Amino acid sequence: MTRTLRRILPQILTLAVLVALVSLFFPQFLSVDYQGGRLSGPVIDVLKRGAPVALLAVGMTLVIATRGIDLSVGTIMAITGATAAWALASGWGAAAAVLLALMAGLACGVWNGCLVALIGIQPIVATLILMTSGRGIAQLITEGRILTFTDPGFAWLGSGILLGLPVPVYIWVGTAIAVALLMRRTALGLLVESIGINRSASALAGINATVLLIAVYVASGLCAALAGIIATADIRGADANNAGLWLELDAILAVVIGGNSLLGGRFSVAASVLGAMIIQTIDTGILLAGFPSEYNLVIKAGLVLMVLLVQSPNLAGHWYALRRHVRRRREPAPSDRSAP
Amino acid sequence: MMKTLLTSAAITACAFAASAQTVGFSQIGSESGWRAAETTLTRQQAEERGIDLRFSDAQQRQENQIAAIRSFVAQGVDAILLAPVVATGWDSVLEEAKEAEIPVVLLDRRVDSSDDLYLTAVGSDLVHEGSVAGQWLVDNKPEGTCRVVELQGTTGSSPAIDRATGFRNAIEGNADIEIVRSQTGDFTRTGGKEVMESFLQAEAGNEICALYAHNDDMALGAIQAIKEAGMDPGDDILIVSIDAVPDIFQAMADGDANATVELTPNMAGPAFDALEAYWADGTEPEKFIQTESKLYTQSDDPMAEYEARKDLGY
Repeated sequence: MTRTLRRILPQILTLAVLVALVSLFFPQFLSVDYQGGRLSGPVIDVLKRGAPVALLAVGMTLVIATRGIDLSVGTIMAITGATAAWALASGWGAAAAVLLALMAGLACGVWNGCLVALIGIQPIVATLILMTSGRGIAQLITEGRILTFTDPGFAWLGSGILLGLPVPVYIWVGTAIAVALLMRRTALGLLVESIGINRSASALAGINATVLLIAVYVASGLCAALAGIIATADIRGADANNAGLWLELDAILAVVIGGNSLLGGRFSVAASVLGAMIIQTIDTGILLAGFPSEYNLVIKAGLVLMVLLVQSPNLAGHWYALRRHVRRRREPAPSDRSAP
Repeated sequence: MMKTLLTSAAITACAFAASAQTVGFSQIGSESGWRAAETTLTRQQAEERGIDLRFSDAQQRQENQIAAIRSFVAQGVDAILLAPVVATGWDSVLEEAKEAEIPVVLLDRRVDSSDDLYLTAVGSDLVHEGSVAGQWLVDNKPEGTCRVVELQGTTGSSPAIDRATGFRNAIEGNADIEIVRSQTGDFTRTGGKEVMESFLQAEAGNEICALYAHNDDMALGAIQAIKEAGMDPGDDILIVSIDAVPDIFQAMADGDANATVELTPNMAGPAFDALEAYWADGTEPEKFIQTESKLYTQSDDPMAEYEARKDLGY
């Protein structure tokens, strides 16, 4: 437990500094009201709005741990959202819509996984295929329009309230905990890491690397399906052109801010979802601070750069060396002191 | 030279006036619901007027449009409608059409070529749309000061800039209308909802008197955010937006939205009017025909408007 805490400490500190920074511009950032059976406040908004990126980051962490990358998650959100909306519009009911959307996500994951693990295409290219073609598939399902629905049961998944908190919060926190436990309470996490460090050595050691690789892309597809369901349920409509647009990049950023290496190996799901919350705090903070919209992206880029600089191991090394240097100058060398 | 060309064009036109006219239409593609509706309406207009329409979908590529225009010229059509995907690079193909004495009418978007290369351009005035929306608010705002929040389109896009300018022009001089927050929602429902949530946090919802959204989709997202915050959109917060897509009429029928300014997808109607006059006696239309930016409110039978629009392909 303490090891996990030490692992995610930098992310928690970053988040705390960011919250303090946003509070400078918007003092009521941490205030939370309770009215009409629901909590409301900027922090609740961050938790709710961060749900899609947090979910994508969970799947992306596993993929990146195997030294892969999944660029198609934003598109999978559009496909699964369109599938769910289509099922609802055809009168299939909420449960069937969720099930169909998850199956669509699973199918996308299997497709990506097979391209990477069986055919051996580089992950960035293999998932790029679905990233570009997938929006066309989503548009075919919605017939190019925003497919709207009124099913209150399905909409509850995106904008409902359970015990005072928005439902999407439960979905992403639940998914993150479930995946983290599955990885750390079993040997699965270790096996995933070993593939990322050296796939052929792992295969020689008896790990079924092919199946495991397909499985992580399937996990990523399922996480993207959950994100797609939330995004679609939130606006009660499937927007094939815009759902999940560029969110794959935010998800990768969340994993990187979470301190995971893009070269595979050791990973932490908890740190990745904290990374997602860091990104969402920046986004929501910018909206609340009320700067003109021309500054949004510049401010976000500046803050992300600062977060990454602070976490950079190279800079940490320099910082350590500088401190030692200063200390040595302040205290005279021991040999000087012993001289009479 | 110009005059001889025109007379000869008029004579050829007269000779054909009796038989059905053939018009080629090079459409950009079907990237948005509005574009699909424009295609549907162009077909309808052509059918009503007994015009034989040849349709070509360019799938967002200029080279496809150039190829389509060349093939229309080769087929010897009586006129060409062009919705250009980009503004530049049209000079040579427009000159080919001109040499073949085929009038070209631009729909919706403009080109950078010299204006003697096309007959006329039909389009809406984005600044005017914004000012129609602003004027509605000036006429319908409640007593006292009115704090307005604005959902802008994609930062830097011309509809976002022009619709913001038009709105500000219209409310200028009304000291009691003030835009307190302005932020981009990227023209999407998700964007509109997320940004509206932050507006409600930052401004304490009950102090916002009206929302101006640069398109209906953002307004529809914002309406949900207002509802979820426990307020009544259309009543507690007035909502005015632009585009007139079917779903906003549904929201108006439910009392959730107050007004929308139409960006009409019927660009072909005025284009065919101009062409028919030109064919008949060679009347040269104005170089820019501005479509009407009609205002719709809850009193304009929104349910009927919804029914009329929902099958246009939006």
